[in-house]
Amino acid sequence: MTWIRRHLLTGYAILAFCYLLLPVSVVLLFSFNAPAGRFNYVWEGFTFDNWVHWDAVPGIRDAVVKSLEIAIVSTIAATVLGTLIALAIVRHRFRGRGVVNVLVFLPMSTPEIVLGASLLTLFINARVVTGFLTIFIAHVMFIVSYVVVTVKARLIDFDRHLEEAAMDLGANEWVTFRKVTLPLLAPAILSAALLGFALSIDDFVITYFVAGSTTTFPLFVWGAARVAVPPQVNVIASAIFLVSVLFMVGNVLWAVRAARRARESMPAALPVPDQLSRPEAA
Amino acid sequence: MSFLHRHKGLTPYLLLLPGIAWLAVFFLVPLGFLGYQSLESGSFESGYTFTWSFSNYWDAITTYDEQLLRSFLYAGIATILALAVSYPLVYWIAFRGGRWKNLFLILIVAPLFVTYLVRTLAWLNILADEGPVVSAFQAIGLVAEDGRLLATGIAVVAGITYNFLPFMALPLYVSLEQIDARLLEAAEDLYASKRQAFLRVTLPLSAPGIVAGTLLTFIPAAGDFINAQLLGTPRQSMVGNVIQSKFLELIDYPAAAALSFILMALILAALLVYARIVGTERLTG
Repeated sequence: MTWIRRHLLTGYAILAFCYLLLPVSVVLLFSFNAPAGRFNYVWEGFTFDNWVHWDAVPGIRDAVVKSLEIAIVSTIAATVLGTLIALAIVRHRFRGRGVVNVLVFLPMSTPEIVLGASLLTLFINARVVTGFLTIFIAHVMFIVSYVVVTVKARLIDFDRHLEEAAMDLGANEWVTFRKVTLPLLAPAILSAALLGFALSIDDFVITYFVAGSTTTFPLFVWGAARVAVPPQVNVIASAIFLVSVLFMVGNVLWAVRAARRARESMPAALPVPDQLSRPEAA
Repeated sequence: MSFLHRHKGLTPYLLLLPGIAWLAVFFLVPLGFLGYQSLESGSFESGYTFTWSFSNYWDAITTYDEQLLRSFLYAGIATILALAVSYPLVYWIAFRGGRWKNLFLILIVAPLFVTYLVRTLAWLNILADEGPVVSAFQAIGLVAEDGRLLATGIAVVAGITYNFLPFMALPLYVSLEQIDARLLEAAEDLYASKRQAFLRVTLPLSAPGIVAGTLLTFIPAAGDFINAQLLGTPRQSMVGNVIQSKFLELIDYPAAAALSFILMALILAALLVYARIVGTERLTG
C-alpha cells in the first residue's frame, strides 16, 4: 500500500513537472520553427534562421537593448536603496520601524495595474513626459521591496561576532563594514540583484502604463501579439530563459559544493555551543 | 564618520532616507493622486476638474459589476487550482526530493523566466482549436465536437493558474520543508495512521505556507488583464481590462481611478474575510 502511494505521488510529480514545463518547451521549440506565413502557431519545419537573424524584425533589437538598459540601471539603484533599508530595519531600533515595514510590504501586495495607473496619474499631473526616465522610476519603486525582503532574510542570520572580532582587532566601523559585513552579505545582495533584474526585464503591466513611446521587449511582444508574433520573439524569450536557468543552476551547484566543503573541513563531532552556532536573531 | 558617532540615533534614518523617500514619492503620493483623480468629473474634451464626485464609484460598481465579479471568480478558482496542483508536488519535493530538492525547485520557478507575455502566448499554441489538447478533450466528450477552449473562461482561468502557480508553490515549499521529520515519527509512534499524521501534523504545520501562497496568487490574479486579453474575448474581460482600456485608450481617468480603488478595496475586503477564517496571527506571520 505504501509502495503504491509512494509511486503514485512520484507519478503525479512527473506529470505536474510536465505541465509546468510544457509551455516553456513550446516557446523553445517554436523558436526553431519556420512558419509558412506570418503566424507562428503551427509547426512547419526546423530552422536555425530565427536564432541567426534574431534582429531581422524591425524594432526588436531596439526593444531588447532598451529592456537591458532599464534592467541594469534600475537593478543597481534598487539594490543599493533596498540593501540600506534592510540594514536599517535589522540592525537598528528606531521609531517608525513598523511604518517602514508596512511601506516596504505594501507595493508587493498592490496589484500591478494599480501601481502603474497611479504612477501614470502622478506623471500626468506633474506634467512629466513618460519615457525611459519614468520606466526607471517605476522599476526601482517595485523592485526595492523585493531587495529588502531578500537581504533582510540573510541579515537576520548574520553572525555579528565576526564584526565584533574585527572591531576588537582595531578596525573602525567603516572598515568593518567594507571588509567584513559587505563580503559576507555579497551573496544575498547578488541574489537580490538577480531577482530585481529578472523582475525588471519581465515587467509588462507597470511599464505599459509609464512607457510613453519607449518600447521595451515585453511591450514589443504586446504590440506584436495584436498582429502576429514573429518567431524571433521566441528566440529572445528562450535566450533570457536559458541564461536565467544557467545562473540558477550554477548558484545551486555552487551552494551544494560550498556546503559539502564546509562539512568536510569541519570535524563533525565537535560540539558547537548553542550561542555560537545560532547568533541571536535581531 | 565623527558626525555619525555623535548622532548615533540618526544612522537608521540616514540609511532609510533614499529608499523610503523613493517609495513615498513614487508609491504613496501616486496613490493620493489616483484618489484625487477618482473624484473628478468632466470629459476628455473639456478636461477633468475635482468635484468630490463620489458618484464615480457608484457608477463604476453598477456599470462593471459583471467584470468585478468575474475577476474575483476567476482569481478564486485559479488560486484553488494552483493550491491543488502544487501542494502534492511540493510535498513530494520536500519529503522525497533528497539532495536534488533545489534543482526540482528550479523546475517550478522555471516558467517565471520565460517572459510573462510569451509564456501566456504559448497557451495559444497548446489550446489551439485543431491542437492535441482540444482534440483529446473532444474525444472524451469534455468539449463539444465543434467546441473550443480558446476564447472561453476555461482558457483564461488556465492561463492565470499557470502564470501564478510558482507564487503558490514557493511559500508552500518553505513551510513543508521546515517540518521536523521527528514530529511525523512521533505521530507514528503514537499509532497515528499516515492519513491522520498528514491531517493532524503536516497540514496544520503547512498552513502558513498555504496562507502566504494564497495571498501571493490571489492578489495579482484579481488585477490581471493579460490572460483575459490574450486567451479570452471581451466576454471574459476582467476588471483589469476595463481599467487598462479606460486609462490608456478611452482616457477616462476618473472612472479608471475609481475602479482601481474599488479593486483594491475588494481585495482588502477579501483578505479580511480570509483573515477571519484562518486567524489573524497567521496572516501577519
